[in-house]
Amino acid sequence: MPSPFNLIEGDRQQKGGEKRSETAGRWQHDSMQKMLTIISNVLRGSASRHGAQVVSEAASMVASSRSYADFTPEATFDIKKVDLHRLEEGPPLTATLTREEGLKYYRTMQTIRRMELKADQLYKQKIIRGFCHLYDGQEACAVGIEGGITLSDHLITAYRAHGYTLTRGGTVREIMAELTGRRGGIAKGKGGSMHMYTKNFYGGNGIVGAQVPLGAGVALACKYLGNDQLCVSLYGDGAANQGQIFETYNMSSLWKLPIIFICENNQYGMGTSVERSSASTEYYKRGDYIPGLRVDGMDVLCVREATKFAADHCRSGKGPILMELQTYRYHGHSMSDPGVSYRTREEIQEVRSKSDPISMLKDRMLSNNMASIEELKEIDIAVRKEIEDAAQFATTDPEPPLDDLCSHIFANDQPFEVRAATPWTKLTSTS
Amino acid sequence: MTMAAAARFLLRGAVSKASIANVNVGAQSSFGITLLSLSPKCSSKTKTQRRNAAHFTYHPDPVPTEYGPTTKMNLFQSVTSALDNTLASDPTAVIFGEDVAFGGVFRCTVGLRDKYGKDRVFNTPLCEQGIVGFGIGAAVAGATAIAEIQFADYIYPAFDQIVNEAAKYRYRSGNLFDCGNLTIRAPWGCVGHGSLYHSQSPEAFFAHCPGIKVVIPRGPVQCKGLLLSCIADQNPCIFFEPKILYRAAVEQVPTEAYTIPLSQAEVIQEGSDVTLVAWGTQIHVLMEVANMAQEKLGVSCELIDLQTILPWDTETVCKSVAKTGRLLISHEAPITGGFAAEISSTVQEECFLNLEAPIARVCGYDTPFPHIFEPFYIPDKWKCFDAIKKLISY
Repeated sequence: MPSPFNLIEGDRQQKGGEKRSETAGRWQHDSMQKMLTIISNVLRGSASRHGAQVVSEAASMVASSRSYADFTPEATFDIKKVDLHRLEEGPPLTATLTREEGLKYYRTMQTIRRMELKADQLYKQKIIRGFCHLYDGQEACAVGIEGGITLSDHLITAYRAHGYTLTRGGTVREIMAELTGRRGGIAKGKGGSMHMYTKNFYGGNGIVGAQVPLGAGVALACKYLGNDQLCVSLYGDGAANQGQIFETYNMSSLWKLPIIFICENNQYGMGTSVERSSASTEYYKRGDYIPGLRVDGMDVLCVREATKFAADHCRSGKGPILMELQTYRYHGHSMSDPGVSYRTREEIQEVRSKSDPISMLKDRMLSNNMASIEELKEIDIAVRKEIEDAAQFATTDPEPPLDDLCSHIFANDQPFEVRAATPWTKLTSTS
Repeated sequence: MTMAAAARFLLRGAVSKASIANVNVGAQSSFGITLLSLSPKCSSKTKTQRRNAAHFTYHPDPVPTEYGPTTKMNLFQSVTSALDNTLASDPTAVIFGEDVAFGGVFRCTVGLRDKYGKDRVFNTPLCEQGIVGFGIGAAVAGATAIAEIQFADYIYPAFDQIVNEAAKYRYRSGNLFDCGNLTIRAPWGCVGHGSLYHSQSPEAFFAHCPGIKVVIPRGPVQCKGLLLSCIADQNPCIFFEPKILYRAAVEQVPTEAYTIPLSQAEVIQEGSDVTLVAWGTQIHVLMEVANMAQEKLGVSCELIDLQTILPWDTETVCKSVAKTGRLLISHEAPITGGFAAEISSTVQEECFLNLEAPIARVCGYDTPFPHIFEPFYIPDKWKCFDAIKKLISY
């Protein structure tokens, strides 16, 4: 139980030595007021050998009467200032987190983390094959972005897509079954790791940079249909050097499309660090005439506030906006990449200990009494169980039937014959 | 058909004469439908298969004696050796591409940066169109430019540069300028689990473009010799390396530089009844098929490795077909518009009266390269063997 004196002080030391000053949560409970009264009485009165005892009795009284109602329902945190490009004002410097939101973000981030680690395990057992790009370390980006938009907005990203598939409405079972290529998969087992789709989530794209012009097209549809929706188009630091990104900047700015470009800068384009691949590593400025923000991508609240700000910008008709999320991936580029031939293990360890998005949220919630350790542990256990169930499903679900090999090549009313291995054998394509 | 027999077909993946007869009659009960009706029932009884076995067995070349001392190398090491020889002998040679500095994703350029310096072996940003355009410029200015595209599946952003710029440079400038010093290398072909974007064989797209050369080796000895020929050749060349053979193919490869001539198909095995033509990994599949045909059918097959797709050696192939009267061409790329169509068309023009049976093409299906269905998609030895049976019984 946190010491009452620390709450009065209001300064917290974060794990790993990085000091973050946070304003103490605003307390609204009678029991805490009671406790403070007791303490001040003790302090006002002469120090007696019973003083400490009274305080500890008061503390135990508070502890025994604690229930869920004792948790702080919401707290406000300072968040890192955002670097701005061609913007007068940026997102706010504080973010308010309610207990429900906090638990929801914690659960989602933990689900993504556990799911990716499970995928790692299954890949090493050769149950998942092919190419698998894992998202652990970057959870705050997916969860924060979703916190700033709604499910009726649109999103498109590249191949590191498992986290987004989840935040956009997919279930862990469907995602894992897609990784193993089974019929219960979210793309019916035909796409695999890089090609997962849900409503208003356009994947899941294998070719680097190709998804960004697509996102602009979706944004045009939103503007054309006048439905006040926007499109979030994500790409990485490696993709930022593709020509089609700049073509898209031009088109979306010319036509004032409601598109948020987000560059997830995880410092490495596969094996090449940003300094060695890009003449300018200030990716938020690369849009030139497009306003930009550079955001701490390891802090889910930072990402959420910046996304809200960007969404308002788009919805007010001002056109595109560019966000650079500075984040980090713990795994290598894909499961074939050990991830240590171009960076040191110490670097990975350092980021893990100082800036892990889940730990950051957990510490914030615990130190502001928004949740208890037991509660978070329960969430961990529930998540673990969910992942285990999903892995079980993904391993035992049957593969798709063979007629799916030729299905959905074209849209066709009538089934047609597809030439097969030899010209005299044909399979039927249904759609 | 009984369940047991049907199950055998499922496991062997071969098309039975019965179901072929059905197709000829025009009924919808084709090979695929047969498997369809089986798979839901079978899947509940049989465990889903682990796809760990390769669809081919690698057949190494005999040790070459005419090029000097040899050492054991696999395919990616033979590429490194060829690049090493080039950087040593040609001071204008430069190698560039995504992640080549630390050795490349397939370890083809390991050690070269340390040996020759970072101004000769360097990483590019992630921009295929930029890489090839840059390579064309460097070649035109006189450098021997060796560009790497990380996977052949990613070559399409550079398609315009290759087809519209590189291929036409000499022609449109009336031989004043050329980018003959350019060589583009890319890993190619199926790898067992690559799915849509790590398994493609795009040679047919480039075969349609006069002005470039397209070359595909079948093993380390051929790879090093052909790559060195491409680098030396005064035309822009695309060199596709079968990625599934990078580690699987091990041979004794000469350490010195040597070249194998381009546009010369190699007759790997002589025969009298059927001509088999393929390139890359598929050669090893057909080698096994040729043995099967000899043992089980008494059919003697002549196996030809095309090696250079463009410009291809029509003479060797046509001479062979004139002798045998039957031709089977096989490749992983989809059948419609695949390179087998070009070979087939030319051979029927040249050898029409020699042909005993229609030319057989055993290729991939007309679908995108699938994710989970790969073992069914690729033209494996059973499909090829069945095609030979049809050829000889026509």
